[in-house]
Amino acid sequence: MTDRIDILKTYKMYIDGKFPRSESGRTMEVRRSDGKQLLAHACRASRKDLRDAVEAARRAQPGWQSATPYLRGQILYRIAEMVEGKRDELSELIDAAHLASKSKAKGRTGGPLTGDREVTLSVDRLVHYAGWADKYSQVLGCNNPVSGPFYNFTIAEPTGVVAVVAPDEAPLLALVSLLAPASCSGNTVVALASDTNPLPAMVLAEACATGDVPAGVINLLSGDRAELLRHVASHRDLDAVHAGNLSQLDASTLRAGVAENLKRVTVHEGVDWQDVEACQHPWWIEPMVEFKTVWHPSSV
Amino acid sequence: MAGELAPYPCSMWNYAPAPETVKVPIASRYGLFIGGRFVPGRSLLTTVNPANEEVLSEVALASAKDVDAAVSAARKALPAWASLSGAERGKYLFRLARRIQERSRELAVLETLDSGKPIKESRDVDIPLVAAHFFYHAGWADKLSFAFAGRTPTPVGVCGQVIPWNFPLLMAAWKLAPALACGNTCVLKPAETTPLTALRLAELVAECDFPPGVINVITGDGTTGAALAGHQGVDKVAFTGSTEVGKKIAAGAAATGRKLTLELGGKSPHIIFEDASIDQAVEGVIAGIYFNQGEVCCAGSRVFVQEPILDEVVRRLTHRMRSLRVGDPMDKNTDVGAVNSKSQLDRVRHYLGVGEAEGATLCVPGRTGDDVGPTEGFDKGFFCRPCFFTNVQPSHTIAREEIFGPVLSVMSFRTPDEAITRANNTPFGLAAGVWTDKGSKIFETARQLKAGVVWLNTYNKFDPASPFGGYKESGFGREGGLQGLRAYVKLTP
Repeated sequence: MTDRIDILKTYKMYIDGKFPRSESGRTMEVRRSDGKQLLAHACRASRKDLRDAVEAARRAQPGWQSATPYLRGQILYRIAEMVEGKRDELSELIDAAHLASKSKAKGRTGGPLTGDREVTLSVDRLVHYAGWADKYSQVLGCNNPVSGPFYNFTIAEPTGVVAVVAPDEAPLLALVSLLAPASCSGNTVVALASDTNPLPAMVLAEACATGDVPAGVINLLSGDRAELLRHVASHRDLDAVHAGNLSQLDASTLRAGVAENLKRVTVHEGVDWQDVEACQHPWWIEPMVEFKTVWHPSSV
Repeated sequence: MAGELAPYPCSMWNYAPAPETVKVPIASRYGLFIGGRFVPGRSLLTTVNPANEEVLSEVALASAKDVDAAVSAARKALPAWASLSGAERGKYLFRLARRIQERSRELAVLETLDSGKPIKESRDVDIPLVAAHFFYHAGWADKLSFAFAGRTPTPVGVCGQVIPWNFPLLMAAWKLAPALACGNTCVLKPAETTPLTALRLAELVAECDFPPGVINVITGDGTTGAALAGHQGVDKVAFTGSTEVGKKIAAGAAATGRKLTLELGGKSPHIIFEDASIDQAVEGVIAGIYFNQGEVCCAGSRVFVQEPILDEVVRRLTHRMRSLRVGDPMDKNTDVGAVNSKSQLDRVRHYLGVGEAEGATLCVPGRTGDDVGPTEGFDKGFFCRPCFFTNVQPSHTIAREEIFGPVLSVMSFRTPDEAITRANNTPFGLAAGVWTDKGSKIFETARQLKAGVVWLNTYNKFDPASPFGGYKESGFGREGGLQGLRAYVKLTP
């Protein structure tokens, strides 16, 4: 018998800058790697939680888009700082529910994906995309030499509210890889965490909350993916979806949402999350931007 | 500001007819252009001149089997075309661009006969832009490696391209030129009512010795388009047309995960601030909604005028509209030609009726008498006089749905915030116009508008170097410019 009983953590979701439980009162079990031992309970988000998160993200979007790119970059960098400070907690959580078989398949680059390495790569990825906030429109946009007396340019703007859907594996790194490109460009995000281990995502939420992220700019939900994906696909106030390494079924559920309101759906396939070359470039931002072309006559 | 407006000359003088005299041979029957040659179709469609309802020709109605043959031809041609050097691919496109320039008058006449658009528009806008579009993209073919930072572009594969009837040959160029420059092969399906210029283009393609199968043109109706968009052998679908059909195509493509670009409908707004140059703004509004009979996806069909100048804008708009000449599209003086088809005219009529029934006030400045409806008084053909509604509420059907005709809704606003909110209050987001002489205000308004093309103190300007395409339910992907290449390449490290 120990002298002291550990204080266990209650994991809650992150919606509109607050940490609520699911309005449904439901929870789900998160198991250790052996699949038997209970690690913790996480909230199991409902359709209403998703709706609340989308509403919060919609309210926050104009402000986030209008924030100076310099500020958006600093806030993302601040999240990286906070994640670095939570290294031990995050890597322990990742290792505790480590999906041995899946991470082996996906960990082709740079050795096994331990919790510690996952945190390192996640921090670096956040720093990478923090730097894109004030550059992506320069690389993706341009001025256009039209035949006539016009000043004509094309700028890249955020699409709006983006749903990020993380796969089971790499519960922190995959989420960060999908979320950071959406966020740095001025989109607000509603993210569904890995459904086998959503706990690192809920710790990331704490990093966001202490990282000066304005309420609603990043929202993180845990829950049953199969249940929530249908609602993501059919939600008419989501402008885009960014996902990776999902099952064929999950991917086609999401793609079917295109027909609802022409939301832009990107589901990356076969991503090696450790591969820096593959996951860190402006073409991961581009699916969540809109190109606006502006004409003005030029004369005196 | 309230001074008398001088009468426009046409209200005093009658113009003598000025018909375009170039005669263009039209075959009595056309086949399908598959694998570099014309093959006869099994069943036929007729295409009529909407200005006089006379049959122009019979064209093939491609069946699912024909679609199969065309997709196979494109697939067969793909490896050689994709591996041809960019410079050589470009030369084919340069050659085609030059041939289009040489045959431009013939193409313009054919376009006007088949679509109903005024000859001065097909001659001065459509066909020159077609040639420019091929010329621009020809130059990209050997420069693609510079277009995508840090990535290597490779062709997507076989492209199935379904285009509308409002700019028949121009839409063909928008689809074909970037696809071919990027090393893809194409199956193009022109609209049911306007197949003739695409078929003439196929003849030019053959003249230019394109490798067989690189460009295939199949005519038909909606079933042909659906068969092409849903064909398993197609790697990328590009569609321009209605949002309704676009969503169906999106649903079909979703199941397979194939690449898709959609250029769909719009309900594009103008915002006219009180400090705008009013005459310039009125000209822009005219160009925005009466160009091509309003059958333009980016037509500026909602006008928001700041309250203090509302009456003045309406007065000048009414005055200017009296000078628009409606009639024979082949007459060089005609401003507004024929509506493309009977069914489209019925659609416009439907909205005119709904607008009045819901309480808006219809104004038809060019009509001969108050008892003459906007679409009445024409001996033959499908015509609608330019008109606009006032007393329009945001909830009115005519303020929300795309009419695709020469019908404008005029509304007012008080503050810039109100104007921007109302302009953005639509599921569409294709284009927008802003009118003010104040620089900081115009750029902030442009920033806040959710639209893919924002015209400031101008409207309805197009150029191959300028990307075009919409936000939200107006579609996705861009056509033209650097960004327009994106849909036709795969990017690898």
